Amino acid sequence: MDLTSILLGGLAAGMVLFIVSVGLSVTMGLMGFVNLAHGAFAMLGGYAIVLSMSGWGLPFPLALAFGFAAVGALSVVLERLLYARLYRASELDQVLFTIGLVLVTIAAVTLTVGPETQTLVLPEWLRGQTDLGVVRYRTYSLMLIAVGAALMVGLWLGFERTRLGAQIRAAVDNRRMAESLGVNVRRLFTVTFALGSGLAAVGGGLGAEILGLDPQYPLRYLAYFLIVVAVGGLGRVSGVFLAALLIGLLDFVLKIQFPKGGTLFIYALTLALLLWRPHGLFGRRSG
Amino acid sequence: MRWWEALPWLAGIAAYFLFPNYLAFGTQVLITILFALSLDLVLGYAGILTLGHAAFFGAGAYTVGMLALHWGWNEPLSGLLAAAIVAGAIGLASGLVLLRTHGLTLLMLTLCTMALLEEGANMASAYTGGFDGMPGLKYAPLLGLFPFDLLYFRSQYVYALALLFACFVVVRVLVHSHFGLSLTGIRENVIRMHAVGAPVRARLVTVYSVSAALAGVAGALFAQSNAYVNLSVLSLERAAGVLIVLILGGYGRLYGAFVGAVAYMVLEHALAKAYPTGWQLGVGLALMVVALYARNGMLGLADALRRRLRGGRGR
Amino acid sequence: MNAPRSMRAALVAGLTLCAFAAGAPAQTVKIGVVLPYTGVGAEFAQQVDRGIQIFMKLNPDAFGPYKVEIVKRDSKNPGGAEAKTAVQELIAQDKVDIVTGFIYSPDAIASAPLVTEAKRPMVIMNAGTAWITNLSPMISRVSFSMWHAGFAMGEAAARIVKAKTAVVGYTDYPPGKDSLDAFKRGFEAAGGKVIDEIPMGGPAKVPDFTPFFQRAKDKKPDVFFVFVPAGDHALSVVKTYAALGMRQAGIKLIGPGDITQDTKLQAMGDDAVGLITVHHYNADLDNPANQRLVAAWRKEYGADSTPDFMGVQGYDGMAAIAHAVVTLRGKIDADKAMEALRGWKFNSPRGPIMIDPATRDVVMNEYLSELVKKDGRLVQKNMGVIQAVKDMCKELKEGRCK
Repeated sequence: MDLTSILLGGLAAGMVLFIVSVGLSVTMGLMGFVNLAHGAFAMLGGYAIVLSMSGWGLPFPLALAFGFAAVGALSVVLERLLYARLYRASELDQVLFTIGLVLVTIAAVTLTVGPETQTLVLPEWLRGQTDLGVVRYRTYSLMLIAVGAALMVGLWLGFERTRLGAQIRAAVDNRRMAESLGVNVRRLFTVTFALGSGLAAVGGGLGAEILGLDPQYPLRYLAYFLIVVAVGGLGRVSGVFLAALLIGLLDFVLKIQFPKGGTLFIYALTLALLLWRPHGLFGRRSG
Repeated sequence: MRWWEALPWLAGIAAYFLFPNYLAFGTQVLITILFALSLDLVLGYAGILTLGHAAFFGAGAYTVGMLALHWGWNEPLSGLLAAAIVAGAIGLASGLVLLRTHGLTLLMLTLCTMALLEEGANMASAYTGGFDGMPGLKYAPLLGLFPFDLLYFRSQYVYALALLFACFVVVRVLVHSHFGLSLTGIRENVIRMHAVGAPVRARLVTVYSVSAALAGVAGALFAQSNAYVNLSVLSLERAAGVLIVLILGGYGRLYGAFVGAVAYMVLEHALAKAYPTGWQLGVGLALMVVALYARNGMLGLADALRRRLRGGRGR
Repeated sequence: MNAPRSMRAALVAGLTLCAFAAGAPAQTVKIGVVLPYTGVGAEFAQQVDRGIQIFMKLNPDAFGPYKVEIVKRDSKNPGGAEAKTAVQELIAQDKVDIVTGFIYSPDAIASAPLVTEAKRPMVIMNAGTAWITNLSPMISRVSFSMWHAGFAMGEAAARIVKAKTAVVGYTDYPPGKDSLDAFKRGFEAAGGKVIDEIPMGGPAKVPDFTPFFQRAKDKKPDVFFVFVPAGDHALSVVKTYAALGMRQAGIKLIGPGDITQDTKLQAMGDDAVGLITVHHYNADLDNPANQRLVAAWRKEYGADSTPDFMGVQGYDGMAAIAHAVVTLRGKIDADKAMEALRGWKFNSPRGPIMIDPATRDVVMNEYLSELVKKDGRLVQKNMGVIQAVKDMCKELKEGRCK
């Protein structure tokens, strides 16, 4: 298999990981909250996107926007009513709460929609392959790469150039200092949480072809999302981006060369990386 | 020793006579208590957050399974010892490497270690049976006198109860010892412990290894009483499950493992019987409620209630 | 003369009494159903469960005058221990006469010693590892063994599709390896050659198949035999096959019917056209029993729903149990029940099936089908039938099937 195809395949897988995990990284870095229910938001988003397309006939881009908005709104409600009560709690209580939330979500989806997998029916223009001149590759994967890259750029600009972004960065680095400088950290939490969950929702929908979509989703991929966040460094968007790409690419390549090894390599690699750089590839001790 | 510390054991013995048809379930509860107890040593007392404790549970289970299947070694008590040694060794090795880190990094590293073991067990499926597991493990009667009871689990239950008691005694002594107190110091204020010259890392690695050995015993017990092992003993579900049980009951309190295991498993069991498809909803809600209102699981809740009943005597 | 009349009266009274006694039902027969109602197998549990319900609905007289009570237990995730506890409780507390269900092999394997010890018949409605039926004399299976489809597929690939070389891609867990072995045996016995074997990740996650399929494509085989667990994997397989343009490269995709599970079929879209599969059931089978089943299923569960091989297995399992109950007149003695099941024949929606007296495993037809598009829907077109297929693993005494 030629290098370009390998690169593209790995990048596409990495992009899905990035889109879903970036929200988790920022909220964990910013709020210090262990949100193991992050995968549940991705799943709910995926369901919202797929069902709005099949049920209401929404076109794909509109469905994505709907998923973003719906899950974002839901996350605001959950954050204000429930999550906020646990900000001062121990990490373990946060783990307990979020696992409970995951179970509730899984059961709720199974009971309302059913235990079957949902299929994402791609619009015509995303099916088949596209000729890039130098190589022909799956259109869907190319779209994932494009969206992921655009998101990365957008987030980077957002963090570097907007006030909100500056406030988030400040609060991640040193919350007390940011508060004393007048940043409304509480509101920041809500906004960031909504954004992160909304992005996860979009990732859940977009990645449905690669990661699948069924009620078990939140638990199945939890380990992967956490690995990407840990390796990338909490609250570092560029770190998460590179970690996701690295893991996606290596997983892809290794599967071709050593199919027997399975997921072994991902875990071994993560082990090695985290031992070498405990704060993640780009992380820094938060203040 | 307070008087109420005899209660769990009296309850365990009473259960044998009161619920003769539920002893298989009871054995699973006892095994979970032992597993959660081992986790409490590292989590509650040393403050090490781990999502990979099933690595040791699984190591113990597979040790006992493979000894029986491949080498015909099916004496149960010596099997337990072997399991403890193997699991403890893995704990020592991984502890030396991993305990340099902490927080999310350590959490992920423990997860990765466990996942590596799981993958390894899958790849070595010729020896481990892989996903299908090792069926039909046969064990010699306990002490040569009490055969394993496949249908009613009577001998397994008593075996598990006795073992739990023995391990509990060990843990309790450890925790109240000088060593145990230094662990609390490490958990509360690592910097100060370094400053007073306590061998922090050595203590952490030691407790991690001891905990691993105990988890290995729990795993061995699981394999012996169920006469079956498969990859699920090394799974994230198992590791997350025992963590939930401990947090639910209350960590750092030894009896949290008891309370949490009984509460969680009884609730899950009862709900699953009544609603085989939807029980996760009820269990999830219960977890959320406890997390929101209790400061350290159910025992923490009990404490808070007790304080309020006493009218808040400035404690 | 009075004597004959009173004698006649006595005779009538006596006969009436006898009729009463004969018609009086025995105590209720309790059937324990162990299925993964929650967790990763939930949708499979739902199919088998539906099969059971539809059987009861379509055949209200199947159990004769005997009352039947079904007790359901969740085996949760496939680790064996939960299923074992469920079986233990069903036997010890609920006092069931027969145990059935079992989607995942580990669950069935773990429960085998229990049913032997307790002497309860166990009717397996899915778990496909070949040697399971050897684990206990109480076990019979109505579903399948990986070798039924795998071996037949191997033969069919060489003889009917005329392939000379094959690459096998399989999910790396025992059913996958079983399938690989079965296919290889069948294919090479019929003159073919397997040129590469590619393990494609574990059953728990749906991996991105692109790298594995790319590797297969590079080897340029005549056919690419794929085994993945039923469910999401199958969808991904079809999509990846199309996305990499493998059909245009002249590589046919073949596999056991797990990859064209009826419940997932329509979602595969045009990419799946041309797929060749061998399986013991697909919803398009053209026999009266199946037509009845499909119609009833759609009526009960919605026009878009469909039975699949798991649903049929649930259906047939209940038929087997009903046969045992009626033969034994509602008093289930384990050994007699196993006797009754041995050699049991049934006109199932999948065609004629039988339980092999020697192995207690199912003997059934395997259908070679090709997916075509008809009236906008994907339909399985029958290309051939292999009659009365046995589990070749036990026939040939391969590996653990001795």
